[in-house]
Amino acid sequence: MKRQIPILLVLVFGLFMVFQYFVPHESSEWIYEYLLDWITIIGVFALVLGIWSLFRVNYDKLRQHKPDRGYSVVLLISLFATICFGFLAKVDGSWGLHFSTTEGLQSYMYRHAYEYVIRPIQSTIFSLLAFFIASAAYRAFRARNVLATLLLAAALILMLRFNPYLGPLGDYVSNAANWLLNVPNLAAKRAIVIGIGLGMVATALKVILGIERSYMGKG
Amino acid sequence: MQSLLRTVLTVCLLATAGAVAQIDTIQPPDMALPLAPPAPVSNLRAIDLDNDHGHAITLSWDLSPDDGAGLRNVIAYDVLRATSPGGEFTKVGAALPGQKTYNNVGSKEAESPDYMADHTDYYYRVDAVTPDSTIRSLSPVFGPVQSYGQWFNKGRVPVLVAVLFFGFLTVFFVTKAKKGGDLYVRPLSGIEAIDEAIGRATEMGKPILYVLGLGTAAEIATIASFTILGRVAKRVAEYQTHLIVPCYDPIVMTVAQETVKSAYMDAGRVDDYREEMVYFLTNSQFGYVGAVNGIMLRQLPATNVYMGKFFAESLILAETGALAGSIQIAGTDEVAQIPFFVVACDYTLIGEELYAASAYLGREPLLLGSLKAQDYAKAAVIILALIGAVALNVAAFSDVSWGMSFKELFKVAN
Repeated sequence: MKRQIPILLVLVFGLFMVFQYFVPHESSEWIYEYLLDWITIIGVFALVLGIWSLFRVNYDKLRQHKPDRGYSVVLLISLFATICFGFLAKVDGSWGLHFSTTEGLQSYMYRHAYEYVIRPIQSTIFSLLAFFIASAAYRAFRARNVLATLLLAAALILMLRFNPYLGPLGDYVSNAANWLLNVPNLAAKRAIVIGIGLGMVATALKVILGIERSYMGKG
Repeated sequence: MQSLLRTVLTVCLLATAGAVAQIDTIQPPDMALPLAPPAPVSNLRAIDLDNDHGHAITLSWDLSPDDGAGLRNVIAYDVLRATSPGGEFTKVGAALPGQKTYNNVGSKEAESPDYMADHTDYYYRVDAVTPDSTIRSLSPVFGPVQSYGQWFNKGRVPVLVAVLFFGFLTVFFVTKAKKGGDLYVRPLSGIEAIDEAIGRATEMGKPILYVLGLGTAAEIATIASFTILGRVAKRVAEYQTHLIVPCYDPIVMTVAQETVKSAYMDAGRVDDYREEMVYFLTNSQFGYVGAVNGIMLRQLPATNVYMGKFFAESLILAETGALAGSIQIAGTDEVAQIPFFVVACDYTLIGEELYAASAYLGREPLLLGSLKAQDYAKAAVIILALIGAVALNVAAFSDVSWGMSFKELFKVAN
């Protein structure tokens, strides 16, 4: 029963999702939206589990005096400070912890922690991508064999397309770049997308038919 | 001055009709002629919009003879609606000159100002409008007409046929596999490398890092990744290597914990399983990247496995892993991220290979059956694509109509 009931639920809801795609009626849409609301509710409860997991892993690191426990200290302090900032609000002219205020998450401390600490850190990590693209491109575009040379040539044409000083060569480069993007590149991309589509349907069918049970912890 | 004013009025009316982008294609009214009421539209019809959830009616009409010809003074068609033939007509939309149809799509929310009730009588009128909005011609009223939702979207029949065909193939090959039929599947180097990579980690005494990506547990790529995680965890348990699974989504974390625990049980080493192997980090994209990069650089895992849904973080993760000297195996169904993984990882599962990986790793006949169905479906797609290419080329260079009809067979409506 412990396995059969979840499989039955997956079968029923999986088939509903398939039918829902073909049924535009409002009742079908209503059930679909109702189920999506449930996903949000489950997500909120799961977040508590997630925070508990994060706390426990880092607390254990501290307790067991693991080598990198300094990072855990920073993480736990930041975690609790951010939570407190969320509750810290100025009500009736005085600061205090409030579970519900009209300011909500827009509270001064929380907003400043987000705008002046979290956001700059996130932007910094994202901007690393530019340097990683350069280093990855350097490795990928070395002309080691015929295929790598072709890749290098294609990349050069595509990059040259953005150069405004090509003079009479401009149109040729632009046409060649468009051809590369719209013919060989798009053909390969479409083949991959078709394969992905079939793979997704196959996996979904396996889940609905109970052949695939990894979501229940049965790998 | 009057001419300039008329031009400005024309532009304003067109903008109201949401037609500014197409302004170049509209033939302006003949400014030399004095404005007179144009001939009205004729043959106005209205029916419920097909293949929808209701709350929408589609109108069609024959153009006013003064639209693009005659007086050439029609600059738009106003669509008006009332709940009784003699009731107050309210403007619900506008169509461009030359346009013979209009979909009056209302809101399904009763509180919305453009709410349109189903199973309610509506009456329509379409006015041919001149640059002077007071000079217009009213069409005869059409009605009553009602909107209602459909129980089947006929525009999606091609998808239904494809799903049924693919479902049949899957059931057929799974049944064949159950009966013990020999199913050959071609080897994939990326998947074979997983065993090798786990062995390497064991020899080096270093951990294996498994990243499930940024997908939710409802996404197919994440579900496929759970299966691969299960296989990897079983081998890890057998080899007694250390596994690290940092998660982006708390629900994914819960499922991953169960998957790993179950794999350790299957390997007969449930005592070695510890819950802190699979833990939640954060559901902030770059916060997650920063944390995983920290794990890579501090714990120097021998092998990094990235399977699931990845976005802008893919290259940041994979390049950091390469810097840390780990063997890296990746698989994603995000087409835009595949090149990044190909460049930065040692092995990459491209597209559907991610879904095939679980079947390859497990070698379970039932899973291989679905893989075989996938291969046959791909063969069918290739054959249809070739027929389609020939048909469309023949249609382009000759008068035969079947080429275009073949294309129409695969048209899917939203």
